[in-house]
Amino acid sequence: MGPYIVRRLIWLPAILLIVSFITFALGRFGPGDPVEVLMGQHSNPQVVERIREQQGLNDNIFVQYGRYIRNVTKGDFGESFKYRGRTVGELLKKKMWVSAQLNIAALLISVGLGVPIGLFAAMKQGTGWDTVAVAITLVGQSVPIFLTAPGLLLIFALKLDVLPTHGWGGFFSPEIILPAIAMGVPGIAIIARLTRASTMDVVSQDYVRTARAKGLPESMVRNRHILRNSLIPVVTTLGFSLASLAFTSFIVERFFGIPGVGNLLIESVFSRDFPVINAIVLIGTTLFVMANLVVDLIYPVMDPRIRMGAGQVA
Amino acid sequence: MRDEAQVVFSELPRGNRSYWVISVKRLLRKKLGVLCLSIIFLMYGAGVLSPLVTPYEYNDQNLNEAKQGPSLSHPFGTDRLGRDILTRIIYGLRTTVIITVITLITGSLVLGISLGLVAGYFGKLYDTVIMRVGEVTSAFPEIFLVLIFIATIKPPITDWVRGLEDTLGISIVELGVADYLVLSLALAIFSWFGMARLVRGQVLQARENQYVEAARSIGVSSPGVLFRHVLPNIMGPIIVLVSAGLAGVAGSEVFLSFLGIGVQPPTPSLGLMIFENASISVLRTNPHLLLFPVGTLTLLLFTFNLLGDAVNDAFNPRAR
Repeated sequence: MGPYIVRRLIWLPAILLIVSFITFALGRFGPGDPVEVLMGQHSNPQVVERIREQQGLNDNIFVQYGRYIRNVTKGDFGESFKYRGRTVGELLKKKMWVSAQLNIAALLISVGLGVPIGLFAAMKQGTGWDTVAVAITLVGQSVPIFLTAPGLLLIFALKLDVLPTHGWGGFFSPEIILPAIAMGVPGIAIIARLTRASTMDVVSQDYVRTARAKGLPESMVRNRHILRNSLIPVVTTLGFSLASLAFTSFIVERFFGIPGVGNLLIESVFSRDFPVINAIVLIGTTLFVMANLVVDLIYPVMDPRIRMGAGQVA
Repeated sequence: MRDEAQVVFSELPRGNRSYWVISVKRLLRKKLGVLCLSIIFLMYGAGVLSPLVTPYEYNDQNLNEAKQGPSLSHPFGTDRLGRDILTRIIYGLRTTVIITVITLITGSLVLGISLGLVAGYFGKLYDTVIMRVGEVTSAFPEIFLVLIFIATIKPPITDWVRGLEDTLGISIVELGVADYLVLSLALAIFSWFGMARLVRGQVLQARENQYVEAARSIGVSSPGVLFRHVLPNIMGPIIVLVSAGLAGVAGSEVFLSFLGIGVQPPTPSLGLMIFENASISVLRTNPHLLLFPVGTLTLLLFTFNLLGDAVNDAFNPRAR
């Protein structure tokens, strides 16, 4: 267990360094010299040269990268090329918070609905309820977000006219409901299917029969012996769910007009605003890798039989 | 003696061929599998033959007929420039066909299989390098890297295609060749690892078999062993993985085009059509503008997923 965590913790910054170096180098060697982008077409070569010297762009790429990383660890992601005079941090802070809230809401919906549906289906195994639940989750898993988002808008916002269609009002406002559901649907389906499968597996285990044979109350068998064990595989998928949520978040932000980080990223890709791109990629990757690490660390706590050790490479 | 052996041998089912025959037969025996195959065949056929099967050109504008609902002359209606939506969807499918085919051939089949074969068969340093690189690329959300990769390589590739156009004297930029190249390249670079990992695992198993030892003992070269003896025996899992990955590649193209970094207008793409109409006002006034492309995409992805399951059932020996 110990050496495993240590190896993972060493691996984490290594991955982040590689990713950040790739993005940084692509930004420097790619077309569109940052200073030329900054100055526009009609720039004075002398001024350009002075700015290059000032910004340290004439240094070796590794020196530049080292300086960048040193600044990043202090929370300074540099200045945006496009929005001159505004730091990347300032630009990102608000939008990242909006996107984060949306993602958390979607994850809560996925887990909050997916787990009960899966448990319900497993408990009603073999009945019509089970079949219905399985069919719904099968469809829910393969329906693209491009259909869910406009579908929800059509039904709830236009036909029924009960929910707002556009904009953003924070975590506890009605504006978050539709986009969070749209983002959560695939997650609900995946988590429900997984919960159902693992619960059915756990129910037939010997220790469940033993627990019942000991005369434990059914509620205790369910909560202590079944639920706890059947949720282990669900926990492992949460890290991946987060990544796919980030994916759909871009689409949903567009459909529902939410001022999140998705639109900013696209805008920066178009205007080659590399400080912003680098920051988003770096932060996004960090969150993703951290989420997977946390999941991996929770795993042995939930299931003491799992021993982290030799043979498992991070 | 020799004749006897030959007789016995010829009576044995030819292992390799019978596996294919059995698997394909098993796939065709399933109604769902046949249905999926026909839908995909239809959609891909329409995409490949798009100039022949469409009633209009994808750029034919007729502002007098803009934003019409479905009718006999325009089964899916017309968009805001009066272009026939069915025609544009079929041309959008052509984009899907091109991207999925190029990406799967270059990424999964060429890069993935060859790297997996090298890693599994030669082992040691090759294995370490290939697997570590793959793990790093799959350790973070690929969408970010695809994004930044496209932002970087798009201008030089577009320039290159322009140069090619000048030397060849045919106009290919208009066809969206540069977009197709950039997209497929970006998707291929980040999609080979799944295949490489699978092939490596299969090779590690297969190389312990006696037929490999026998082939090597009679002096078959390494490429000979790999391509004549190992590869044919691991084709089953490869096909399963390819069919499972189709939906992902098609979805990625739509996603990237939706974000505006994939296929550029006027080249039609399902993602672009959805993007152009992804607003509440369109839904309120002309929902068909959005719902037909979305419906086509949903049908395509759904069919891909079902086909993946069916192929898995048919080709996976353990699923028998």
